[in-house]
This record gives sequence, C-alpha cells and structure tokens, in this order.
Amino acid sequence: MLTPPSSSPQVVNENAPVRIAVKNLDFFYGENKALKNINLDFKDRHITALIGPSGCGKSTLLRIFNRICSLYPEQRAVGEILLDGYNILGPNVDVNELRSRVGMVFQKPTPFPMSIYDNVAFGIRLYEKPAKSELDGRVEAALRRAALWDEVKDKLKSSGMGLSGGQQQRLCIARTIAQQPEVILFDEPTSALDPISTGKIEDLLEEMRHDFTIAIVTHNMQQAARISQYTAFMYLGEVIEFASTNTIFLAPEKEQTLDYVTGRFG
Amino acid sequence: MSEPTPTSNAKPGWSRVRPARRFADRLMKVTTTLFTGLAVFVLFWILGMLIVKGIGGLSVATFTATMPGPGSQGGGLANAIVGSLLLTFIGIAIATPIGVLAGTFLAEYSRGSKVAEVIRFINDILLSAPSILIGLFVYVVMVMPMGGYSGWAGGVALGIIAIPVIVRTTEDMLRLVPNHLREAGSAMGAPLSVVITSVTWRAAKAGMVTGILLALARVAGETAPLLFTALNNTFWFRPDLTGGVSNLPVTIYQFASAPYENWQQLAWAGSLIITLSILLLSVAARSLVHRDK
Repeated sequence: MLTPPSSSPQVVNENAPVRIAVKNLDFFYGENKALKNINLDFKDRHITALIGPSGCGKSTLLRIFNRICSLYPEQRAVGEILLDGYNILGPNVDVNELRSRVGMVFQKPTPFPMSIYDNVAFGIRLYEKPAKSELDGRVEAALRRAALWDEVKDKLKSSGMGLSGGQQQRLCIARTIAQQPEVILFDEPTSALDPISTGKIEDLLEEMRHDFTIAIVTHNMQQAARISQYTAFMYLGEVIEFASTNTIFLAPEKEQTLDYVTGRFG
Repeated sequence: MSEPTPTSNAKPGWSRVRPARRFADRLMKVTTTLFTGLAVFVLFWILGMLIVKGIGGLSVATFTATMPGPGSQGGGLANAIVGSLLLTFIGIAIATPIGVLAGTFLAEYSRGSKVAEVIRFINDILLSAPSILIGLFVYVVMVMPMGGYSGWAGGVALGIIAIPVIVRTTEDMLRLVPNHLREAGSAMGAPLSVVITSVTWRAAKAGMVTGILLALARVAGETAPLLFTALNNTFWFRPDLTGGVSNLPVTIYQFASAPYENWQQLAWAGSLIITLSILLLSVAARSLVHRDK
C-alpha cells in the first residue's frame, strides 16, 4: 500500500543546523502525563513530520513549540526546547514574540472575521507600522507565495470568511508567512480539506521548506512520506523512532514503526 | 423485558406499543399544543387590542403637539416621545460600555474562576430585580442629593436595568466564539487584549449588538424606575434635563387613569407606539443575528 517516497523532497542535508532541539521534555495535562521524555532535533529548512495514532501526543508536542499550550493554566511542560539555542520554556520568554517567530497553521481553517487584506496584514501590524505601499506589497507577496493571489486579488476587501475551505487554509498560510517567522508549525493542515486543496497545500509546503523550518503533524502517512525529510513516529506520549523519512517508511528499526507505517495497527 | 408475542393480524411494530402509552403520547402532544396556542393567543389579543384602540389616537398631532392640559381638546405626545428617546439613549449609553466590558471580563479573563461565578450570580439577581426597587435606589442616591427629579436620574435608572441584560448577552455571545479562533489569534503573537478586540469581539459582533438592542427594547417601556427619577412633564422639558422629563411610559400610566377621553385615547396611542417600536427593534435585532450566520 505504500508508495516509496519519490526522489527530490526527501533529499536531506545532513549538515543542516538544528533549529529546534527538544531535550528531556515531559508534558502534563493537570496530573496526567501526556508526553514522556521527548528528545528530538528539527533541522533548519527541512520538513519534519510527526506521525502516530490518535492521542499519541503529536499535536500536544507541536503546541508546545509556540507555547500555545500556555493559554491553559493546567497544562505544563517540563524540560527544554531550544530554539536557536535559547530555551523557550524558560521563565523570561516573551510568548508573543516567540509566536511571531514560530507561526502555526491549524487543522480547521481559522480566518479572522475581517477582510482578506486585513487577515494577511494582521500579523505585520502587530509588530511593525509599515507605510501603506510597503504593507500592500507584503500582503501581495504573502498571498502570491500562498498561491492565493490570483483567486483573491479582485476582492481583497471582502471577508476572509467567504472563501472556500481550501482557500481559507491558504489564507491562514499567507497570514503566517507575512509575519516572516522562522519556524512554521502545521497541525493536520489538510485533514479538513478535499484532495485538490490538499494537493495545493502540499505543493506549498514543498515550496516553503526552502525558507522555513517546518514541523507538521499529520494523520496521513502518505502525506508524511510525500513531503517530509524527517519523520518521528510517536506512540502513547513517546517518540518510538525518529529518522529520515526514507528510513522510517522503508527500513524502520523498530517493529512498532514498521507495523504502523504498513498499516497493521493504528 | 419479555419478547412481545404479536397477534396474527397486528401490524408489525405497532404491536409493541400498548394503547395506553399511545394515548398518553397523543395527550401530551395535544396539551402542549393547546397551551402554546393559549400563550400566543394572549400576546395577539394584547397586540390586537392595542391596534384597534390605539390606531384612532394616531395622527400628525400625536407626533407634533405636546400633551394636552386637563379639559383641553386635542394635544399629542411629542414631548413624551422625544423625552423617552433621550432617557433610553442615556440609559443605553451608560449601560453599553459597562455591560460589554463586564461581559468580556467574564467570558475572556475569568473563565471558570470563583470570582466569575460570584459576579455571574449577582448579575442574574440584578437581572430579575424589581424595577421599582431600582427607581427607589436612584431616588435615594441621585434625586435626593441633587435636590430634584431629572432626566439624568431617569437615564441612570434605565441604565442600571440594562446593564445585567448586556452583561449576560455579551458573555453568552463571546462563549459561542470557537476557541480555535482565539488560539489562532494568540498564535500570531497577538496579546490577549488584541485578540479580544480585533478577533473575538468581531466574531461575536452581531450577537453583542443584538444584546444591546434587546436591552434597549427592555428599558424603553419601563415605567416604575422613572416614577421616582425623571417623573414626567406635561410641557417640553428643560434642555439640561433637570426637573421632570416627559416620557411615554409614565404618560401612559397617568393618562390611562384620567377621566378625559382625549387623554385615554393618547394613552392607547402611546402604548401602540412603544409596542410597535419594540417589536421593530426586536425584528431588526433578530435579522442582524441571522445575517451574520
């Protein structure tokens, strides 16, 4: 059932620097330990996929990288996550600044209730006050990069909520790109979309990985195989195996990984 | 449960339902329908009576002339209508910022906390407080110290009645905003204040405006809180709103119990005007909600 990963996207650069290093990370929902001793390295300008059955903690892990979990007081992360060597779990971290550097695209498209233009300009306006012409340029550039410009250039002033699901998701990607983050987190970005929209988003991801460090949670193993260079297989709050995508899908070391990627359990 | 033994000629499925239960089922349906009809009937009766009796009192003079003196002919409600609009406006202008911000605090800043629970409880009590009590309260804290009735006291009294309505609807509407929208806002690096003002409020805008309109409709017809605060005025009130300010509800109360026929006629007309205005407002509020869905 598994298509062997095709040529280009899986080319890994062994010498790429580590952008995010997770060290001995535990995570708690109240008393409940959801992640156990996670150690992972995310390489600069590569796509790392997190796969595993529902409830294995892959989304939970992703949501720590931009500290979105900190919105909920009962959620607690213990350990270290180093972004360019700086521990983002430390006490003096400005979470808002962190989130402007680590963007996130969610499973459900989340356009803000405002115009398409304002959606994309939202993140820019938070931290900068560019002139109108510069802002226009950056909004257009972001929409172009998200492959949405041609579809919306004549209705930038109309509501972002009026777009189709796939367009909304690309709008969310444009919104994230516009802020020029270094890392972008994708939490099952295509699981609410039709196959054609999914294809467009996957093409985008492949494009984007030349400029951004990307982590993606996906339920779809073929998707992980198609787009990622590294894959971590998680199960019950632990990383079972982490290696290049080729290794995980073609020659995994652990039997559990093999069972999962060949569809025997999960 | 034992397996029912169907008789030979019974329709399959029906044999399982005992006749008594079927009867009870129908009785319930008929009873609820009947009583719903009764409730709606009373509403339409009131509306019908208002239209029949009030429409005769409506004329151009109703909207242009001031109230007639005792024994004089004709007259209108112009000063009462304008007074009511002003008092309601003052009340809503006071209640909107307080209500919206308090509702926002409850929904966004204090979720699940003890403080929020206590505030919500107090707000619910205020919501059902007898309005005459609020009139008396404002009489003691405003009218007495200021040495007389005023439109300002009337506006404050109406505002106090509107606040809990707005707090409640604002909180309810904000709670309907899906959490993933807040997360998306925060994930852009926006501080909570920005997420609330430019994402959550926008998403809940239609519902929040509806809440304010409903509060407006609620206070527009209030009589008791005005009796001790704005009182009434047969003539045009002072522009600075000190002294009695004419208004529709108290005018209706006074004119309806007066012995003059033209006063009674104006009381009916005034009732019709208030009711139709509130009806229109409610319809407008509803269509606002549906338009944004």
